Order: sequence, then C-alpha cells, then structure tokens
Amino acid sequence: MLSIKNLHASIEGTPILKGISLEIKPGEVHAIMGPNGSGKSTLASVLAGREEYEVTEGEVYFKGKNLLELSPEDRAREGVFLAFQYPVEIPGVSSTNFLRTAVNQVREYRGQEPLDAVKFLSLMKEKMKLVEIDQKLLSRALNEGFSGGEKKKNEIFQMAVLEPTLAILDETDSGLDIDALKVVANGVNQLKTKENGTIVVTHYQRLLDYIVPDYVHVLFDGRIVKSGSKDLALELEDKGYDWIKEEVSGTTV
Amino acid sequence: MTVSIKKDHKLADAFLSVTEGMQDLTLYSNLKKSAKDILADSGMPTLKNEEYKYTAISKRISDQITHLGTPSSISDLQHEVHARENLFQLEEGYTLVCNNGIFDERLSKIDPQVFQVESLKELKEEKAAQIGAVEKNESDPFTALNSLLFLDGLRIDIPEGKIIEKPLMLVNFVKPDQKGSCIHPRVFIHVGKNAQLTLIEQTIYLGEDPVFVNSVTEWMVGQNAHVRNYKLQNGHKNDLVVSNTRSEIHQDASFTSIVLSLEGGMIRNNLSLDLKASKCEGNMYGLYLLNGKTHVDNHTNVDHTKPHSESNELYKGILADQSRGVFNGKIFVRQDAQKTNAFQQNNNILLSEDATINTKPQLEIWADDVKCSHGCTTGQLDEEALFYLRARGIGKDAAKAFLLHAFAGEVLDQLKDEGFKEYCEKVVHARLGGNY
Repeated sequence: MLSIKNLHASIEGTPILKGISLEIKPGEVHAIMGPNGSGKSTLASVLAGREEYEVTEGEVYFKGKNLLELSPEDRAREGVFLAFQYPVEIPGVSSTNFLRTAVNQVREYRGQEPLDAVKFLSLMKEKMKLVEIDQKLLSRALNEGFSGGEKKKNEIFQMAVLEPTLAILDETDSGLDIDALKVVANGVNQLKTKENGTIVVTHYQRLLDYIVPDYVHVLFDGRIVKSGSKDLALELEDKGYDWIKEEVSGTTV
Repeated sequence: MTVSIKKDHKLADAFLSVTEGMQDLTLYSNLKKSAKDILADSGMPTLKNEEYKYTAISKRISDQITHLGTPSSISDLQHEVHARENLFQLEEGYTLVCNNGIFDERLSKIDPQVFQVESLKELKEEKAAQIGAVEKNESDPFTALNSLLFLDGLRIDIPEGKIIEKPLMLVNFVKPDQKGSCIHPRVFIHVGKNAQLTLIEQTIYLGEDPVFVNSVTEWMVGQNAHVRNYKLQNGHKNDLVVSNTRSEIHQDASFTSIVLSLEGGMIRNNLSLDLKASKCEGNMYGLYLLNGKTHVDNHTNVDHTKPHSESNELYKGILADQSRGVFNGKIFVRQDAQKTNAFQQNNNILLSEDATINTKPQLEIWADDVKCSHGCTTGQLDEEALFYLRARGIGKDAAKAFLLHAFAGEVLDQLKDEGFKEYCEKVVHARLGGNY
C-alpha cells in the first residue's frame, strides 16, 4: 500500500533524508527506530506533507497514487494519518467542531454523505470509549491546556474517528507514563485491521512491548541501515545505538 | 514640494462657514461658541498632530466630501426601517431610530414607563447644561466640530434602579443629499444609580455616496450601574467616520465597550473611560477586520483616578490587502489610584504584505501599588496550526477560516446578548469565508 523509493528530502538546503526505501503491505506494523537527529520525524513529516521539507529525489506511492503530488489535506482524505509528536494547541477552535469538519471533508472527498450532528455524536461516543478519553476534554478548545498524555490520547482518538488506512505515529510514546502508554497502545491495537498499515516512529523499545511490530528498521543519518524482526528492537534496547553507528562507519570506511 | 502644515485651517474655516444661516440653538449657545473659538484657533488635525499622525482624516474629508453641510431628513425612512425590522432579531428589545442624526420618535420603539428619551432641542435647561460636560470640546477637534454643527440629538435617561434586560438598539440611518454630506450625531446617556443597560449602536448607510459621520456620545454611569455598549461599524468604502465616546464611571459601576469595525473607508474611534471613583471597572474590546484600503484607527484612553479600580482591554485585528490599522492605548493611573488593575492587549494578524498596523501602548503610572500589563503581537497565521488542521483532511481555505474565526472569537465571545451575538458571528463568518 505504501511504497517509498530512494527518498531524499532536505530542509532549508540541508539534506536530512538520504535515500530511504520502504515497502509497507496491508496489515503490517513497521517500527522506525534510531538515535536523535537520524531523520525519523522528518520521514513522518514528509509523508504527511509538511511544506517546509523539500523532496529532492525519489518517489512515494500510496495505494497507487503519487503521494508527493497531493496536498496535506488530500493525503489525509486518501487515508494517511499522522499522529503528531507535538500536537498543536489551537485556542478558540472547539475540538468537536474541528473533528466534525474533518470527518465531513474527508467523506465529501470520498463521495460520501456528510454525517449529521446526531450520527457524528454517536460516532464520537463509540470512539471515546476506545481511547478512554474524557468527554470534558472534547468540550474544550482543541488541545488547549491538555496535559502531554491527554494530547496524545486525543491524537489516537482523532485517528479512531478518521479511520485511516495508513497511520504514522511520530514518537507518540515520548513523555507518556506507563499507564498512558498502555491506553494509547491499546487504542492503536484495536484500530489495527488486515487492511491497515502502521508506521511507529520511536526512540525507545518500550512502546513496542505493547504495539508489536512485524518489522523494525533502524534509521541513521537519513538512511535505513538495518532492518529486522521485533528482536532487533530488543537488541537496540540492550546495546544502545552506538554499535549501529560503529557498524555503519565500519562499512563506509 | 509639499508643505505640511500642523493645522488644517482651510477645512476648519469651511466648516465654520457652514454655521452661517443655521438655525439658532440658544440652549447650546455657550457650547457652540466655545466650539467655534476652538476650531477657529486650532483648525482641524493633520498628520503633524501627534494624536492623528497615522490618520489623515481631515485630508480625506477635504478630498472626498464636497458638501460640508448637513443633509435634510431622509424621506420615506419608514420603508427602510421596516425592511430591516428583523435584522438583529431584537423583536423584544427597544429601538431608537435617528434620521440623519435627528431622533425620529415615530419610527422608534420605546416605552416611556421604562426610560426617558428626549430630543436635545426640547431639553430643560438643567439637563441641557450637561451636554458637553462629559466629553468637552477641548478634548478633540472633532468633538468641537460636532458641538458646533449638531442640529439636534438625543438624551436618554435610565432611571435609578431600572434594570433593562433587553438591549436598546440605536440605529442611525444616514444618507447625504445636495444640501450636505456631513452628519454630526450627538447623544447623551445618563444611567442612574443601580441601573443596568445594554446599548447597541449601528449606522445604516443608504447608498454608497461619500459621507462623513462625526458622532459624539457622552455617558454618565451612576453608582453601581452597569452598562454594556456595543458598536457595529459595517458601512461602505466611501464612508468617513469619527466617533468620540466618553464615559464617566462612578463608584462600583462598570462600563464595557465592544467595537466591531468590519467595513468602511476611514474610521477613527476615540474611546475614553474616566474611572471617577473607587471599585469601578472599565472594559474595552475591539475587533477590526479590514480589507481593500480600509483604514481603522482606535485610540483608547482609560483614566484610573481612585483606588481599587480595574480596566481590561483587548483589541484584535485581521488586516488584508492594503488596509491599515492603528491602535493607541493610553492607560493613566493617578497617584491616588492605588491597587489598580489594568490590562491591555492588542493582537494583529496581517494577511498581506501590503497591510500595515501601527500599535502603541502608552502607560502613565503615578501610583506605586498597581498591577498593570500590556502587550501587542503582530504576525501571520500560525503555520503549524494550519498544517495540523490540514493534516486531518480540512482544506486550506477552511483551515485558515477556522484559525481566523478562532482569533476573532475571543472578542465576539464578549458579546453577551445572544441575538446580536449571533448576528455579528454570521457577518464575521461570511467575511472570513468559513463554511463550517
């Protein structure tokens, strides 16, 4: 469903991604790990269409469509969902109003009838249970004054409502205590289907105890330098990233 | 070479000559005499005048207004009023209709049992003497101009202890004619002790011919009285507006002003709150949405004179195209005014590189035990927030509208009357292009 070939991207002229290739099939969970500054979040941002990044080489196809040609909103409407590392606080925009607009614009793009207020409300209620999010939060302005954990829960809640075919979780575990982490992971697992792909970007193995990946890729200096099964994540947890760095510089010298 | 002059005497003289042949209002002869002297002496303000350094309103009047006289009454105003009867969903409220600045009792909807409305011409001497006592001729040349040229106006008296729950709508219909294009509405409102009032002011422009509306509104807010004053400025690109509002606020009383400037040629608002006693409160909110070449200048002034008074101020602007905004917020805290709380904020979003905002806080504090803060921001739309909304499938235009509406919402939320709030939200929504 997602095919990334030789992807290069830079920001303000500085290359960050230096040739990434990755294939994701329906039902698969891929974990992207790597030390700070390796380009993990850049990859997530480029896939979601963040405009500060310039793709200088390579291609990305999603369900047969050239993803790089689509606006961020059209990517979302096609079924790409980015759970933000730092969800934005937007004072004055009601969470409910925002989400209903999003749902209905996505539905319109897909040629579906908009949801009326009653149907939308029952959809909200159903999904709220899934991520154990407090209704009171949703009556407030979008993310305004939310704690770190509440913001991440809200991301997963939005994901549950929008039902994407490709979910990209950008360091969703950062800053979460173990209870919040379990809730978030549980939500992600319940949303997993045979048709959906998931990319989990993380620095720590801890999250992968709860969201079990089919593949683990290690990103270093803008390239995938190692791929393996979930055991690779345990090895990284055990030995840190230094041996990867040594291995990489060893092969290049 | 252009020669800039400090005072525009030519325009002042032209206005002074309008008084020739004008009917005599002996009740106000002293007020008018003082106005005449001030204008003859100091002329109209130019950009050299510090208070008007960004707003060349005198020049715009000279350039665009050919007849400095006052137009006659609009004929068949009844038809225009009826056409707008449900405009603000205020069926249950009171309406005061003015025809080119002159009170039209027949078209108004009032109840003399609840409050009193009188035409300025018919006031008893004692009441007439208060006109010009709050907003003095010396305070602004346009106030003097209004005093010189008003033909009539109205005085509203809210009796002691009267709580008026439904808003009172003051609608001024204006239309220039061959006789003139300048209208000088004059209103004096006395709110008695323990009384309460919401007054909504709006000018309705019939046609889009150049017109100059120069209003003066004086408020006397009695002890423990509470006033909310909303002003909607939504005219057309050829209107020139100067609005002088001053409120004298007494002990335990509060006055809240909300000014929405949505459309116009050039608008200058002078708003002054005189906190005359202790434990009183003055609030000033403003929203300006500007496009084209619209120019809106808000000069506000709050004067804390006694201990334990409070003021809050929030003005927000969204400026597109080649529009221009000016904000100048003065806060005075006199030596006696210990324990004053005064807050001021001005935030602006510029949607175009050609839009300009000049913003200036001006705090003068003589007391030492006070809490005062001020701040201003000017920027573009928050790109990060915009991306967040788009990443959820919301189109770029709708996402922008979301953010702009949220920005404006902070001021609109201050409107407490539901019918009027709904109306304003609809107008703002339409302007911001949102369809959500």
